Amino acid sequence: MARVLLFGPLRDLAGWREREIAPQPASLFGLKAALSALDPELGEAIAAPGVQVAVDKALVRGDVALAATSEIAFLPPMSGG
Amino acid sequence: MTIRVQIDPFEPGALLGGFCAGRSESGAVVSFTGLARAEHGATAALELESYPGFTEAQIARIAEDARRRFGLDDLLVVHRTGEILPGEAVVFVAAAARHRRAAFEAADYLMDYLKSRAPFWKKEHGPEGSRWIEPRAEDHDDLERWEKTPL
Repeated sequence: MARVLLFGPLRDLAGWREREIAPQPASLFGLKAALSALDPELGEAIAAPGVQVAVDKALVRGDVALAATSEIAFLPPMSGG
Repeated sequence: MTIRVQIDPFEPGALLGGFCAGRSESGAVVSFTGLARAEHGATAALELESYPGFTEAQIARIAEDARRRFGLDDLLVVHRTGEILPGEAVVFVAAAARHRRAAFEAADYLMDYLKSRAPFWKKEHGPEGSRWIEPRAEDHDDLERWEKTPL
């Protein structure tokens, strides 16, 4: 089961911070589709430009394969300092 | 090079003193402290979220880029998460170099990158409710200054 983490405004929008997604999606695009089916508003928000994705704490672009132990984080625009 | 992300408040003066102590080859130390603003009562508290492990790793990359770019002897970054009250320090950076120009520029560079490239999410709580702070257009312009300038 892929473990999904949401940060910042995405967390408030979805109403959760962390969730296991079953059945296990084979790829990041598959996971995004599963999240959209679960919550269309969240699906739209994670597709917005400026939202980055980290798989196992490394930034990724485009589609990548996911393992059962993968941790996938959706990162909205960052504001530190 | 030291990177710390912490919930506990810190005292910027003590950090600067510690960072300067025992240096005999660095001719310059420049530090920056970012404080939480009250916005004349509109902000009661800031809430900062990080992604433990990832946030430290991304800051370490920014810090390593700064170390190489400016030829720094050392640097320190301390960033708070959790609830931060107006007047409290949010972030502290210090850069040590042989000469002042590199240290000034490195502190400026570190803050520009921490503002919009470090994985933090900031929420403002006030009497009117709460809102997430989006990076401002100026923050992106600040980054562009460095990206346009060759190493």
